[in-house]
Amino acid sequence: MSAMQKLVGWIDDRFPLTSNWKAHLSEYYAPKNFNFWYFFGSLALLVLVLQIVTGIFLTMNYKPDAALAFMSVEYIMRDVEWGWLIRYMHSTGASMFFVVVYLHMFRGLMYGSYRKPRELIWVFGMMIYLALMAEAFMGYLLPWGQMSFWGAQVIISLFGAIPFVGDALSLWIRGDFVVSDATLNRFFAFHVIALPLVLVGLVAAHIIALHEVGSNNPEGIEIKKHKDPITHIPLDGIPFHPYYSVKDIMGVIVFLMVFTAILFFAPEFGGWFLEPDNFIPANPFKTPEHIVPLWYFTPFYAILRAVPDKFLGVVGMGAGVVIMFFLPWLDRSKVTSIRYRGTLYKTILTLFVISFVGLGYLGTQPATTVYTNIARVLSVIYFSFFIFMPWYTKIDKTKPVPERIPE
Amino acid sequence: MKKFLLALLFAPLTAFASEHAHLDKAPINLEDYASIQRGAQLFTNYCLTCHSANAMRYSRLEDVGLTKEQIQSNLMFATDKVGNIMSIAMQPADSKIWFGAAPPDLSVISRSRSPDWLYTYLRSFYRDDSRPTGWNNTVFEKVGMPFVLYGLQGEQILKESAHDEHAKPTLELAKPGSLSPAEYNAAVGDLVNYLTWMGEPAKIKRMEIGIMVLLFLGLFFVLAYYLKQEYWKDIH
Repeated sequence: MSAMQKLVGWIDDRFPLTSNWKAHLSEYYAPKNFNFWYFFGSLALLVLVLQIVTGIFLTMNYKPDAALAFMSVEYIMRDVEWGWLIRYMHSTGASMFFVVVYLHMFRGLMYGSYRKPRELIWVFGMMIYLALMAEAFMGYLLPWGQMSFWGAQVIISLFGAIPFVGDALSLWIRGDFVVSDATLNRFFAFHVIALPLVLVGLVAAHIIALHEVGSNNPEGIEIKKHKDPITHIPLDGIPFHPYYSVKDIMGVIVFLMVFTAILFFAPEFGGWFLEPDNFIPANPFKTPEHIVPLWYFTPFYAILRAVPDKFLGVVGMGAGVVIMFFLPWLDRSKVTSIRYRGTLYKTILTLFVISFVGLGYLGTQPATTVYTNIARVLSVIYFSFFIFMPWYTKIDKTKPVPERIPE
Repeated sequence: MKKFLLALLFAPLTAFASEHAHLDKAPINLEDYASIQRGAQLFTNYCLTCHSANAMRYSRLEDVGLTKEQIQSNLMFATDKVGNIMSIAMQPADSKIWFGAAPPDLSVISRSRSPDWLYTYLRSFYRDDSRPTGWNNTVFEKVGMPFVLYGLQGEQILKESAHDEHAKPTLELAKPGSLSPAEYNAAVGDLVNYLTWMGEPAKIKRMEIGIMVLLFLGLFFVLAYYLKQEYWKDIH
């Protein structure tokens, strides 16, 4: 026995190292037909790690103090060794996190990855999405620019629309009558400790749940139904490591090429990732001309503005996110993947994507009468996708699903 | 199709810009160190009395080819340590009373206002006796800033069109300054080039590194592709 084997044996007697390595990597059998859309799960994990590591280095130099915060970011950009790189990785990473997560969620939608027995994976995923939104929202206050300040001011004031407790609630969240030093300090605490802990815990739960039931695939066919009679290995499964680990390296490189192209050549991304107004220090006495939330919140912001009543608008915005939790129980189709669904479902899914992207665009625009009316139509489409799902998925003409994954 | 999508992506931003005054294109070239140096001279002489640049250290000018001695003897008036930041003695509380608003810090002004905006703004001051300072601006109406570069540009006046009363009034040079209009445009170009460089001094280095990173990743991809093919040949 080599020294290495001895060491591993010593550890295995005390800690389940080899068994975990096997259960989650070398003997975790994933379907052999993963396509392009299956890169985004591992990419989301990569971005999470990037955000945590760059965040640690930013925390070493950032000052969570209303009088110092803005300039401390500029200090990072100029006087800290490689500070500009760390800061841009973090700011680009925030937006790319949402790009990756939205594509990951759309994959789940197309291939029915939320269907039985994967309901909990979807629910954990939605909780990650919620935590991520809170994490991004609180992080965006920290540079203490005009858009940081007024974005937080607008969003927190939305809680004020809740009857009876609203004003007290928004006061409690801010810790002051306006967004102030107290708000900045508590958002910093949530952004660097509380929410990252929650996120990491939820990601662990998401992956444990996934590895318990096994991965779905573009065909939506359960590979566990057909196992080798002797080895009990799924016939259409391949070990995650080395097959998908080497394939994911490829995906990681392509992703990093996009990521670094933005980071090094257009970190503001035309004002979408870093807004021009956020290079003006926060000023409580001067409201910017247009207060626009960051692009990843704009679909829900558009729903909020589409509803004439402020409180109902807040309810609509919240419902727009919460309704996604129920997806596993709304879908009554006989088939899992879009590949075996009928024209009806495909049409409605297309309309849903148009409504989501359209709302996202309208959320960045001034609320003119025409735009508000379009936003209303799109909001109706958005909610109809979920509300009528039990009905249209049932009557949709599906195609027969083969037993095994086709070659 | 790609162009159309790209246009759609940036449409909201350009649409936003077009609501305001027409902006001239600023002659930005961050590799033209001589221009940035001339701009730095204008900046320290004309701007750095009322406006601070608190994120900027004098010593950073070494990045654009100046020596410590050159910086000390030509550009530093208020302090003698090159490691110091470009701060000013004027207190915001005082300047607020004098000008109506405290002059903003200019460290990152090129990133909140675009270079084109700055370039047009600094060439759009005109005489207006109804204003406390005696100056107004077609890009920034009722601006609190007096036109400190008038010695260079001279005095412009706003001229209504004689034929068409709906046409936008145009600026006309009524009293020439020490520079010709072409020289003045070039000087403002230098100043805005400096402001743009100061907004993000790491930008040139950033792009140089970016090319190397992309080349490395491109090479890495080729290797990763063949590694994947090697492993996967027994699957398909």
